[in-house]
Amino acid sequence: MLDMPQGSSSDYAVLASGLVKQFGKKVAVNGVDLAIPRGTVYGFLGPNGAGKTTTIRMLATLLQPDAGEALIMGHRLMKEPDAVRRHISLTGQFASVDEILSGRENLIMIARLMGYNAKQAKKRADQLLEAFGLTDAASVQAKKYSGGMRRRLDIAASIVVRPDLLFLDEPTTGLDPRSRNQIWEIVRALVASGTTVLLTTQYLEEADQLADRIAVIDHGRIIAEGTSSELKASIGSGMLHVRLQQADQRARAQEILASVLQSPVHSATDPLLLTAQIQQPELAIRALGELAAASIEVTDFSLGRPSLDEVFLTLTGQTAEPKEEVKA
Amino acid sequence: MESVHFSSDKLQKTLQTENRPGSPGKLAVSLTFARRALLKIRYQPEQLLDVTFFPVLMTLMFTYLFGGALAGSTSQYLQFLIPGILVQTVIFTTVFTGVSLNTDIAKGVNDRIRSMPVWSPAPLVGGLLADAVRYAMASVVVLIIGLVLGFRPTTDIIAIAAAIVLVLVFAFSLSWVFTTIGLVMRTSAATMGISMTLLLPFTFVSNILVNPVTMPSWLCALVTINPVSLLTTAVRELMHNQFDWAAISWVFVASACFIAVFAPITMRLYRRK
Repeated sequence: MLDMPQGSSSDYAVLASGLVKQFGKKVAVNGVDLAIPRGTVYGFLGPNGAGKTTTIRMLATLLQPDAGEALIMGHRLMKEPDAVRRHISLTGQFASVDEILSGRENLIMIARLMGYNAKQAKKRADQLLEAFGLTDAASVQAKKYSGGMRRRLDIAASIVVRPDLLFLDEPTTGLDPRSRNQIWEIVRALVASGTTVLLTTQYLEEADQLADRIAVIDHGRIIAEGTSSELKASIGSGMLHVRLQQADQRARAQEILASVLQSPVHSATDPLLLTAQIQQPELAIRALGELAAASIEVTDFSLGRPSLDEVFLTLTGQTAEPKEEVKA
Repeated sequence: MESVHFSSDKLQKTLQTENRPGSPGKLAVSLTFARRALLKIRYQPEQLLDVTFFPVLMTLMFTYLFGGALAGSTSQYLQFLIPGILVQTVIFTTVFTGVSLNTDIAKGVNDRIRSMPVWSPAPLVGGLLADAVRYAMASVVVLIIGLVLGFRPTTDIIAIAAAIVLVLVFAFSLSWVFTTIGLVMRTSAATMGISMTLLLPFTFVSNILVNPVTMPSWLCALVTINPVSLLTTAVRELMHNQFDWAAISWVFVASACFIAVFAPITMRLYRRK
């Protein structure tokens, strides 16, 4: 049976242990454990091909895990898929609405499948269209919607009957900032009404804004887990980037930076660039001084908040850029 | 066409509506999927080409190509051919079921549907029910063009309707073969290719176009046991006011066999996708 974290299974929307999924020789998900408290937003943060979507597809009963087990809203994922389905809703990474049909027809169809009669289904569809600002586009085919409208329709379809657990796979990828803010507002409203949300994202800011807890996923494993501030604390206050004048001075510069900053210094593919995590900004100033003292010419430097790429750099020693073989 | 009015008050209200309806029955959800497929025809009327233009082409082509040579005159041949061409046209139309399933399965909306608490064969059953409507249209088109050309059934409207229903039952059952192929093949082009390869001998090695008496005995035997021949015989007899109960029964047996074998395989493949 599952190792219960603390409390009972009724405190968690998702409890999973050792989930594995393999496609041919490629291990897409390699032993994922999860404990997602009910009524919270849980963020999966990771690059393309990290295993986020595969994990969601397993939890949403779409893919059979090769190993591991999970409880979704207290129901066993593999043994009671129908019971699980009564509690969940999925908004996939690519439009999970029928693009040929209009927005209204899509919502009516979902409502009918949920058991509403024809009249109730129409009423519910119109109510959702209005709440999601889609009334004007109600009779327009979904394929003619803008990215933001399509996303809203997609989420509206997921809450025809408000689920206890909603999976949102990259809900804001490719959206303009205003549409993104609208989606964020919807997610907050959903959580306020009691739905647990599991969302995947490639954006640190999104996870930061929405998620109560975040799991950083890479190569099918969770490499870090915690609240946003816990994760930030673990990756330090920021990153120092130094661009050198001469490539042949890089090895020497790397040594100096490492000794002053007391943290690993990464050499990027760019032969002139060095990147290091820093704990205190004062150390960065000292390090630059040491470089100048060693007559290493610096053309440019910057000190910034960690980006997702840098989170990965720190946590894995690799960049978040998807590798060839990772491509799903 | 971006809509600006987005109301968070109304959103809150939408979320608080808590009248969870009861689970719908298997037939109800299947009919919802059938309605969805039929709604799509409104947006893509070209979907109807295979049940309108194609039957007209088949009827005209075979009547005038073979009529004179095989039966002495086209009007003689029409009496023999139209019931058969009705069968042939509808059977050819069943291929598109597999092709459209192959195209449809790749879309994200399937993920949503499969994660919903609905009877899992419903999308397929619904799709096949909608296709039955298309098959009925094809049947009517063949009959009309036949009547225009000089086909004269010697029976009443009820027997004709029974003949069409028999063809629909068989086509619905046969469709499961093509849904299986549609789920095994990676592309719709491959689905089309394999389906047609199977379908050509299946329809032509039959008594649709010619009477098999002049064929070599082994081929004649093959033609006789082909379910398509049995269906054609049953339809032909119905159109001429005869009830060939043996043929009719065999059509039902063959239909049941197709469903018994291919529906579970289709469902297994569909659940795994």
